[in-house]
This record gives sequence, structure tokens and C-alpha cells, in this order.
Amino acid sequence: MAGKKDIDPLSGVETTGHEWDGLKELNHPAPRWWLWVFLITIIWAFGYWVVYPAWPTLSGNTKGSLAWTQYKKLNEEQAEIIARQQAWLEKFRKASFDEIKKDPELYEFARAGGAVAFKENCSACHGTGAEGRKGYPNLNDDDWLWGGRIEDIYHTIKVGVRSAHPDTRSSQMPAFGKDGMLKRGEIADVAEYVFSLSHGDVRAGEAAARGEALFATNCASCHGDHGQGGREFGAPKLNDAIWLYGGTREDIVRQVNDPRHGVMPTWESRLNDDTIRQLSIYVHSLGGGE
Amino acid sequence: MSSIALFEKQHKIYPRRVWGRYRKLKWLSMIALLGIYYGTPWLRWNRGPNAPDQAILIDMPARKAYFFGIEIWPQEVYLLVGLLILAAVGLFFATSLLGRVWCGYACPQTVWTDLFVWVERIVQGDRNARRKLDQSPWTFDKIRKKSLTHLIWLIIGVCTGGAWVFYFNDAPTLVDQIAHLDVPWSVGGWILALTGSTYLMAGFAREQVCTYMCPYARFQSAMFDKDTLIISYDQERGEPRGKHKAGDPWEGRGHCIDCDSCVTVCPVGIDIREGLQYQCISCGLCVDACNNVMDKIGLPHGLIRYDTENNQEARKTCGAKGALRWVRPRTVYYAAIMAIVGSLMLYAIITRASLELNVLHNRNPLFVQLSDGSIRNSYTIKILNKTHDDRAFSLSVQGLDGAAIKLQGAGELDAGHINVLADSVGQFRLLVDAPNTQDERSSVNFVIKDMVNGTEARHESYFIRR
Repeated sequence: MAGKKDIDPLSGVETTGHEWDGLKELNHPAPRWWLWVFLITIIWAFGYWVVYPAWPTLSGNTKGSLAWTQYKKLNEEQAEIIARQQAWLEKFRKASFDEIKKDPELYEFARAGGAVAFKENCSACHGTGAEGRKGYPNLNDDDWLWGGRIEDIYHTIKVGVRSAHPDTRSSQMPAFGKDGMLKRGEIADVAEYVFSLSHGDVRAGEAAARGEALFATNCASCHGDHGQGGREFGAPKLNDAIWLYGGTREDIVRQVNDPRHGVMPTWESRLNDDTIRQLSIYVHSLGGGE
Repeated sequence: MSSIALFEKQHKIYPRRVWGRYRKLKWLSMIALLGIYYGTPWLRWNRGPNAPDQAILIDMPARKAYFFGIEIWPQEVYLLVGLLILAAVGLFFATSLLGRVWCGYACPQTVWTDLFVWVERIVQGDRNARRKLDQSPWTFDKIRKKSLTHLIWLIIGVCTGGAWVFYFNDAPTLVDQIAHLDVPWSVGGWILALTGSTYLMAGFAREQVCTYMCPYARFQSAMFDKDTLIISYDQERGEPRGKHKAGDPWEGRGHCIDCDSCVTVCPVGIDIREGLQYQCISCGLCVDACNNVMDKIGLPHGLIRYDTENNQEARKTCGAKGALRWVRPRTVYYAAIMAIVGSLMLYAIITRASLELNVLHNRNPLFVQLSDGSIRNSYTIKILNKTHDDRAFSLSVQGLDGAAIKLQGAGELDAGHINVLADSVGQFRLLVDAPNTQDERSSVNFVIKDMVNGTEARHESYFIRR
């Protein structure tokens, strides 16, 4: 076919010589610059092979002249962020809780750091929204066993509750039923009285009256004369609407009979002081802080 | 097989100078469009002391766009969507009526190419002179003319890129910065990139862009029908064509004297007498060229003209001049879409409030039991102060008996007196305490009131008890 052009008689256009079922392919040449652009992109791709990791080898892959990896890029970007945080962290370290509470920017910085640390360390027990559950206090409410000021929260996080820390916050309620300190009926009476403390509409009957006397001798020393609780012992308020282990009569009986005691670990050895301070501000900010 | 060329060299086109109605229109549209492009950033618009005074400005760092009296925040980016829909449908509309007028008169590729060809002609002469210069050996004169052409092209390119960046920065300030060569890399980069692309596209690529790169050139045939104005050669009248000497009779032959005027002026290098072709950008220069020739040989205008296929058909069959049909289902659809989108945008712009309140009910936890038996819900409230002044607002809750509200955050926060800076969004955490009732969920209205002029904004949300 060399030299001889195959012209399609109908259109007058040269064909490529390809024919399928009698249909011939007409040759409309593409522009040459387009071919050049295509070739340049191919050459450009070779550049990638040289500069970036590209080909698998038996022991891994070619590294490229830049030795670029996503992991390195991540580290660089993280380092950049940490460097930017550093300036804030310096300020944060120098400021007292009171000063932070007055400085909106520093406060938000602390809150943001605390929120992340909370999700990582605390949410397993207290829930991602710090909403708590039975046996694990809700940190959004205004009921604090060991105090709700930022300083109190800070101390609680640091030493834990019934933890391995030598200065841990700790309290122990006697097992009145299990250890035979109160009889079954007496426990029911005490429970009736405790129940009535937070249910003003419950008519205080004979049982509650008997319970009141028992309460005064057995419970008031920690929980207070009117069940108002005692923070120095971590003794819960009994005259409010919040119940860590449930607020029905049965729940109260069970707790007086053989109380459960939750444990919160000490965080002093696991988190640095900055993080604990940020956590304290975050928890305090959830709404119930004093 | 070696004889088959699958790729071909670009045939350089040397459009000849022409004068006439459509050439005039093209100059006018070029002057108007370039005037708009280069001049707009210099228009001023007074927005008061705390806002830029540039009439059209896209302020990237502040995430705001200004268009005369209209101001667009990122939340209102739907206006941009509306604008794009209007532009696209407007293009469809114009195309279905008038063919590729956008390509012929308004497309930046056409306008800048026209400008570059004009420079070429001023420096190197018209079609034949330019072609001769290209074929001639490299003499001093050729080097001088060529380098002058490219120098002017580059200057135009720099101005093109230079004008672009003014839309994103305060123009007078930026001019000063550019004069002192003290510009951010982003500005410098844009100027360089647009200089390069203008130089390349208008100087070298030219019609190749329309023929091989532009998608619009290809899909607009979908908007054509038999009533669309296209550049058409009147075959009935023109054929059989042939050379004609003055005084020869016109009987038995067509009016086309095969002078190739229409071919030599064509910026995309086609012969319009072969019928509608995909390369044709509908610029009408061949119409001008042909009409000039018709004047010389004393024949009526219109051998080549803007016409519709239906019109041509009518002329052929009954000799009657068909009327242009502007109102067709296609044009009505496009007009309707434009009207709907346009009025929606107008409505959005007219009713745009300078104060907005958004309230998000925080969901983790949904509610909190407080020790006194009441229930607390927490919300994230956002106050959008779109005015250019710092404002103070009082916040209240309606529809919730015995509700107590408290802002949670650093410093002295008071729901009765919330400060929000000019042109910004104030975000706050709000705690709402209310007595526990039988209602599992009640709806609540949050209201903010401007403490100075009493403007109100409200947002409905809900209060959850269990």
C-alpha cells in the first residue's frame, strides 16, 4: 500500500485502510502538538519514578530521590501543629485556673485539648459525652462527690478514687447488711427514709420515721443530718435527684446491704500535668462546674 | 501504511484584515469586554468604615465576596451556584437563538486572539506580508518585527494576569505593592501563570483551542435546531461559482466569483461555502468580506449571511423570505429556567437578613438530670452579625416555662448582653434549665434582639426531658 492513498469515494477523505464489515475508517489526523503534549506527559511520568517512590522491589520499593513518604509528611505536618501549639502551651502553663477562666482564647485552647484527652482516656467509663452511666458519674450535672471546682476536679483526676495513688481520694461505706450491722427490716426502714428525702411528695410513714432514727445513728456522720452528703468523705448527697447506683427503693436497699464502690485510676503517672489541667477545665466546662 | 499521517502539523492561519458591520461589532464588543475586565477592579463602592470600598472584590482570607451592594458569606455560596446556572443557561439560550455568538464575539479566547492578531498586523503587516515574513530568512528586519510582536504580546499577557489579581485584592494597594515588587507569592504566581497562558493561548494555540480543546464548542450543536442563526452560504444563489470579468453577464451562473475573500479573512481557516462546520465560531467576518465584494461588483448583499436552515429552505422552495422564529419550545425552556433561577436569587438577595441566629441542640448527652430535679439541655448558638459594626444582643427563650438560661465560657458572659464583633459569627454554648414535666419534648424558640435598634432574629429548637 506504500505510496498509494486509499480515498473514500463518498467523502473524499483518506481512509486508514481499516475495514470492518464494509465500513472504512476515515483518517482525520489529530494535531501534532497534541502528540507532543502526550509524549511530554509520558516523560513527566518518568520524572515521578526518579523523584517519588514508584516500583516494587523484592525487599520493598524504590525510594525515589526525595525519599518522600506519607508517614514523613504526616510527621512534618504534626510537628508543625505541635510547634504552633507550643506558644499556647507556654501561656497555658504560666496561667492559673482563674486567669484561664478569664481569657476566652486560652480557655478554648484548654477546652479543645481537654476534649481530645477526654475522648482518649475517660470516655471508656464516663461516655463520649461525659454522660456517665450506672456506677460511673455523669460529669455534666451539678452533683460532685469530691467537689466541682476546677481545683477539686484537677485533684480527683490526678490522684484518682480508691486508686493505687498514696494520696488517693478514698471512702468506704460499711456493708450494713452483709456484715450484720443492721437487720433486714432496719435496712428497709432506712431505705424508706432515704427514699423520702428526695421525694417530698412521698408521705413519710411509720417505716420512714423508724428509718430516720436509724439514719441519725448510722449514716448521718458521713451523709449529713439531712442526707446532704459530705464531700470530705466523698459521701453522696442523698436528698437530690441524682443516684449513681439507682434511685429506687430496691436500689437503695441493695446499696445499704452491700455497697458498691467505684474505682477511678490515678492519672498522674499516665498523663502530663498540662493534659490533666486541660481535662479539669474541660470537665468543669461541661455545665456543672462550680 | 507509512503514507498515512495520523498527526498533522498546525497550519498557521493568517487572517486578512476586513471591515464591515460584524467586524465593527467585534471591535466594539472587544473594547467593552476588555474595558470591563481591566476597569472593574477600580470601581469603588462605599460600605462604611469597617468594610472594603472596592465594588467587586473576592476576599479569600476573610471568606467574603462583595458585589456592589451585595455581600456574600460562605453560607450563601448558593448564590454562586445560581450565578453559574444563569451563566450556563444564558449561554444555551443565546446559542439556540443566535448560534455560536459567544464564541464569535465574547469568549476570552476569541477576544484576546483578536487583540493579538491586531498587534501582529500593526507590526508585521496584513495577511500576505505576514506570510512572506514567516517564509523569509532571518534578517535583522524579521528579528526586529518578530521580537517586537512577542514583546507586545507578553506585555498584554502581564496586564491580563495583573488585572486578574485585582479582583482578589484591594486594587490601589496592590498596584503600589506591584510597583515596589513587593507582592505575596500567590499574587506573583497568578500574574505569571496568566501571563504564560495568555501568551500561549492567544499567541500560538488560537483556533486550536476552539477546535480541539473546548468542550463547549463540541456540545453546543445539541442546542442548534433549524431555527438557529448560523453563518450560511446561499448555495442556490452562489453556484455555479467562477471567476467573473466586469461586464460579463450573470445569466446561467452563480453570484460567487470565487474570490476567496471569505476564506482569507476566516480566523479558523475554513471555507464557509462548504456548509456549516464544527470549526466555525460564527464571527461573521466572512459575511463582511463577501458583502464588500458584492458592493464592488454591484450585486446585493447576503450571499453569505446569518440565516437559519428553515429560512434557507423556505427561500429555496418558494422564494419567500421565512420569518425568524424566536419563540420555540427550546428557547422558552431556557428563558423559563433563567427567569426562575434569577427570581430565586433576587428573592434571596432582597430578603438577606443582616442578622441571623442558628441554634444547634447538643446531642451528647441529649439532656442532663440536675440534683434539684430539673432538666438541663445544652445548645450551641451562632449569631451571624453581617453588619459592619460591633453589636450587642440580648438572648431569650420563649415557650419554656420556668426556663433559666446561662452562657458557658470564659470571662463574664451574660445572655442579656452578648457582644458580637462586626462581620463575624459569635459562637456560644448555652445551658437551659427547666423544671421536669410530663412532656418528653417541647419546642422552644430562641430570640436575639439587637440592643440598639431592636432587630430580632429567632430560631426554633427543642427541649428534651427524657
